[in-house]
Amino acid sequence: MSAIEVIDLSRHYRLGSVDVPALRGVSLSIAANAFTVLSGPSGSGKSTLLNLLGGLDRPDSGHVVVAGQRLDTLDDNHLSDFRARHIGFVFQHFNLLPVLTARENVEYPLLLAGVAAVERRRRAAELLDAVGLADRAANLPGQLSGGQRQRVAIARALALRPALVLADEPTANLDSHTGAAIIALMRDMQRQYQTCFVFSSHDAQLLAAADHAVLLRDGQLQAPAAVKEAA
Amino acid sequence: MNTLQLAARNLVRNRRRTLTTLLAMIVGVVAVLIFGGYDRNIRLGLETDFVRGSGHLQIQHRDYFLFGSGNPAAYGIRDYAQLMQKLQADPQLAPLLQVVTPVLDLGGIAGNFASGVSRTVYGRGVDVAGQNRLKQWNDYRMVGLPQRSVALTGTAPNAAVVGTGVARVLQLCGPLQVKDCPQPLPVREQGSTMPADLAALPVASPAANVGRVQIELLAARASGAPNVASLQVVKAEQQGVKALDDISVQLHLTQAQQLVYGQGAPQVSAIVLQLRHSRDMSAARARLAQLLQGGSQPLVVQDFATLNPQYGQITGMFAAILGFVAVLIGAIVLFTVGNTMSMAVVERTVEIGTLRALGLRQAGIRRLFVSEGLLLGVSGALLGSLLALGLAWLINHSGLTWLPPGNSERIPLLVRVAGEYGMLLATAVGLIVLSVLSAWWPARRAARLDIVEALRHA
Ligand SMILES: Nc1ncnc2c1ncn2[C@@H]1O[C@H](COP(=O)(O)OP(=O)(O)OP(=O)(O)O)[C@@H](O)[C@H]1O
Ligand SMILES: [Mg+2]
Repeated sequence: MSAIEVIDLSRHYRLGSVDVPALRGVSLSIAANAFTVLSGPSGSGKSTLLNLLGGLDRPDSGHVVVAGQRLDTLDDNHLSDFRARHIGFVFQHFNLLPVLTARENVEYPLLLAGVAAVERRRRAAELLDAVGLADRAANLPGQLSGGQRQRVAIARALALRPALVLADEPTANLDSHTGAAIIALMRDMQRQYQTCFVFSSHDAQLLAAADHAVLLRDGQLQAPAAVKEAA
Repeated sequence: MNTLQLAARNLVRNRRRTLTTLLAMIVGVVAVLIFGGYDRNIRLGLETDFVRGSGHLQIQHRDYFLFGSGNPAAYGIRDYAQLMQKLQADPQLAPLLQVVTPVLDLGGIAGNFASGVSRTVYGRGVDVAGQNRLKQWNDYRMVGLPQRSVALTGTAPNAAVVGTGVARVLQLCGPLQVKDCPQPLPVREQGSTMPADLAALPVASPAANVGRVQIELLAARASGAPNVASLQVVKAEQQGVKALDDISVQLHLTQAQQLVYGQGAPQVSAIVLQLRHSRDMSAARARLAQLLQGGSQPLVVQDFATLNPQYGQITGMFAAILGFVAVLIGAIVLFTVGNTMSMAVVERTVEIGTLRALGLRQAGIRRLFVSEGLLLGVSGALLGSLLALGLAWLINHSGLTWLPPGNSERIPLLVRVAGEYGMLLATAVGLIVLSVLSAWWPARRAARLDIVEALRHA
């Protein structure tokens, strides 16, 4: 079963009068409940593809289906609601809300989804415990290390048990030791929460940990993506 | 963790900028409230002053206000006592009334024949008890306004009080103990202004006349030859306005009536009505119109603002200044808050992108920034009002005084902020509305940011 279908996706940027093709007719499907890595040289279109998968950007042609939903049929409000409900994001720069504590950051997606306060608190505590930060729940992001912040971000991405978690170079801002720990955690969480994780990375450690690899070059798929159901 | 809490934390995060913005708002609120309180005090002070002097409303002959000064006696109200009784007995009007008292104005020439000088004067005959009751009015609890009884109180029926200008011209400064009254250079006029026999009388030295100052008042009558009364001047009183000071003579009503109407039926120029509360003016006016309708005389009702055009001029001037100050401060608040919020949007671009990625709708982003504007406005209004109340208290206890126009005595300078709920509310609401409005545009811009671009923002 695939969590994501990508059909003939193209995305061009215009820089002045120059047309920059970032994605050129990409089609692929990505397995549910698997750990997929998007790799390729710098400028190959990894971020562009992830943004389209996450409904943050709209393609020039083609479309994306996530968890059975065609994203191009949704207006901005419905797309926002869809992201809130079904997609978790982990960013290279962690992007925690600086005025919220670790617990509140994890609670935020639950708040957007209208989960009651008691339940929010319970789930946030559980997730922080799962990422090993139970004792840092009351800390603000500024009081946490990079690795700890990324753990909070992972907990936040998983708060609503989304169909899909997208991470654009989640370890690029971490030293290799911490990066390895984060990868192990994500791998762990992916199994525990039975979610589809898609990453972009140059990181060999990540590539090694993946169930599948998708290779991009100049906005095109380099080799047919291996599609297999995870056990 | 609702939107308001999030907004509050974001404001606290950039403490210095928030404080600077708040400070601008607080200074603005304080300026508007203190000046507004000053304006309020002047308005109520003037009103109190005029209401004590000439009541809230006056019943006059239809043409008296415009033409009466030419010959006041010709525009009298007949059967005024019955009319007054009727008003005071009216079940609708009576409860609103505080004082009903008649006055009679007259034009004439006052002469100090002992010194061989005379001048035209404007006389007013008053009922002393009524005048003293007029002076009691203090609906606005003004402090420091002189509240003593009129100078004619307890004097003989032929007593008079003159303006210091009249005293000066009639060379009565000495006996009336008027200060700042130099002896004029002798003026030689062509021909005698006085009958030869009077002029030939030996001039009494002023000092000899202390306690017994007599003038003759020659008044135009309603009809026929002018009449003369001998008046005993008991005091010279500063009238505040020089034009009035130079012509004013106040005398007892009965004396004035004798002068003008002789043995005929006495009349008055106006019936002065003072209400318990100024807010009843329109109700009282409406009832008066009903009561006066169909009477045998053409009578109208004038209010104190019409009778005292200075009231409208002075309050109008203050209202214009206050309006200007408010608009200026409003503009400053608009730009300050707008600028603060715009900077916040730029600084928090990545955060905006993140919130949108997490699924917050455009409206949610807008609400977040508008809430920050709202919180700024509410805190600015609250702190500004508190500071203005404190400052007003200090000013009111600092012993400053001012001289109201048309007055002869300084009164305490006060600002009315405490208890002026309308003004406080209007200022607060105005500030909050302005800061929400100025947050609206940056909020809208934030909501419309492209998510990917926002996330890439350095
Ligand atoms: N906002 C933009 N405006 C113009 N061109 C862009 C924009 N974003 C990306 N591109 C171009 O699109 C192409 C793909 O960019 P993308 O960011 O997807 O690459 P990437 O694979 O993520 O690279 P990296 O590994 O360096 O992050 C590049 O040529 C890039 O220059
Ligand atoms: Mg990239």
